[in-house]
Amino acid sequence: MKVLVCLKQTPDTEATIKITGDGKGIEEQNIKWVMSPYDEFAVEEAIRLKEKKGGETVVVSMGPDRAVEAMRTALAMGMDRGVHCWDPAFAGSDALATAKILAAVVKKENPDLILCGRQAIDFDQAQVPAFLAELLGLPQVYMAAKIDLQDGKAVVNRRIEGGEEIVETSLPAVITCDKGLNEPRYASLPGIMKAKKKEVKKFTLADSGLAASDVGAGGAKLKVIQYLPLPERPPGKVFKGEETADMVKKVVRLLRDEAKVI
Amino acid sequence: MASGVLVFAEQRDGKVRKVVYELLNIGKQIADKMGGPLSAVIVGKNVGELGKSLGKFGAQKVYVADGDLFQLYSTEGYAGAVTAAVKAADPAVLLVGTTAMGKDLTPRVAARLGVGAASDCTKVEVEAGKLVATRPVYSGKCYVKVEFAGTPAIAAIRPNTYPVAAEAGGSAELVNVDAGVSALKAKVTQVVKSGEGKIELTEAEKIVSGGRGMKDKANFKILEDLAGVIKAAVGASRAAVDSGYAPVDIQVGQTGKVVNPSLYMAFGISGAIQHLAGMRTSKVIVAVNKDPEAPIFQKADYGIVDDLFKVVPLMTEEFKKLLAE
Repeated sequence: MKVLVCLKQTPDTEATIKITGDGKGIEEQNIKWVMSPYDEFAVEEAIRLKEKKGGETVVVSMGPDRAVEAMRTALAMGMDRGVHCWDPAFAGSDALATAKILAAVVKKENPDLILCGRQAIDFDQAQVPAFLAELLGLPQVYMAAKIDLQDGKAVVNRRIEGGEEIVETSLPAVITCDKGLNEPRYASLPGIMKAKKKEVKKFTLADSGLAASDVGAGGAKLKVIQYLPLPERPPGKVFKGEETADMVKKVVRLLRDEAKVI
Repeated sequence: MASGVLVFAEQRDGKVRKVVYELLNIGKQIADKMGGPLSAVIVGKNVGELGKSLGKFGAQKVYVADGDLFQLYSTEGYAGAVTAAVKAADPAVLLVGTTAMGKDLTPRVAARLGVGAASDCTKVEVEAGKLVATRPVYSGKCYVKVEFAGTPAIAAIRPNTYPVAAEAGGSAELVNVDAGVSALKAKVTQVVKSGEGKIELTEAEKIVSGGRGMKDKANFKILEDLAGVIKAAVGASRAAVDSGYAPVDIQVGQTGKVVNPSLYMAFGISGAIQHLAGMRTSKVIVAVNKDPEAPIFQKADYGIVDDLFKVVPLMTEEFKKLLAE
């Protein structure tokens, strides 16, 4: 069983995001970069599958050189090796372009299963897995809360409004991983030491066989016009130090008379 | 020449989801500005009548993919049907709701059509004759405004962003479409329901949420009582879920559900960034916390610095009185 995990390096959940002066991007200095938290569920699941069924686990990421740090975290957790997709031509790729690059890796690696996080917590689009599946002609299952591998197929529980869908899919398939699927392990010290020696192969435009016009900002189907700061929320009315009953009465009244939500 | 707006009319168990009526409302406004008709596509088994009913909410044409294959959701079947409807309707804009189904379906349809999609939009508008969408990024720490290079422009819209379309008297013409799918590689074998009769968090108008300050699973009962009085859904913070006080499927936040109610009431929730990411677009936020320094107070429209165990029962009584007036 060969499991391939696609991951993305994103700013840490606690990072402060500042928009650049021209409104075209965010200021990247001083940001702590991590593996997107949902990708940890994918990495953990891949490692557990290998522990149970044997085989190989490969982590793939598209991004600048710093993305290798997030890949090393996955390798330290226990993934076997990495493929790092980067080329100046890849800069500015949108979901479709990114999926084209990842699809080129998948075609060379031929995994039995492709796992991704539910969404990367930077752009929160949750689109690359579906584009990847479509380009490869594979089935997809989004937001798995449980994955059960059986002979040549996977049974996946997928959380929906008011319950779960049980999806039976042929393999290979692209499955995205949601919180609750597992508890990701922390990298152990020996794991971190070992990870330093594990192979991370570079995968460039030439390796992908794609044309420069297929990828990067030029071919993007979705274009960012502008980054916008959050609208200011006027300061609220906070009550303290009064009798509880009085404060409750005031807030309940305000919810009706001022906010008009009750 | 592509024109008009096509709305994906999500249905489950023969019921059209509320967000669809919201999409028909904003869809009509966009169609009027850009020129062109408002249409819808519905996929399922025996959904013709349901499709027809969308005429009353403004859809002029409803594209229908009907059959056994569509009884339950599947990416392939539904993406095939929606793609076929897009080819038949040739719309300038396709609108989908950000739901469990919409999240799975939208990017697959975009991929099939070779166009871009904007996920989880909180605003769509027409500028210079083209659709422009605004959506939160970096877990809601800022927004991006995006435009689309291909046609149709596909936007998935967060539930509760727009009011529902008013019911008028129109009728829709039904047009059958062929999804071109005969067998499925991945199919839903079963739908397991939980929380029957509960208000779905992502669609709720009002939400009452508890955090670490709830101290125990059993204490959520007081929030349920309060929620019952004002017809709210009950949510929880990650801290409450991780402490075992609440199930993961009611978690609000970056790694849980993103909610967008008119009223969000946070009890014993400090207001960590990852929680705010899931509820900051709520129209009115109420915070109750013992700690006056809790960051949630900076986001709250109304706050009470006090013990939630004293506040909640009093508030429940106060709402009862108010609603009885």
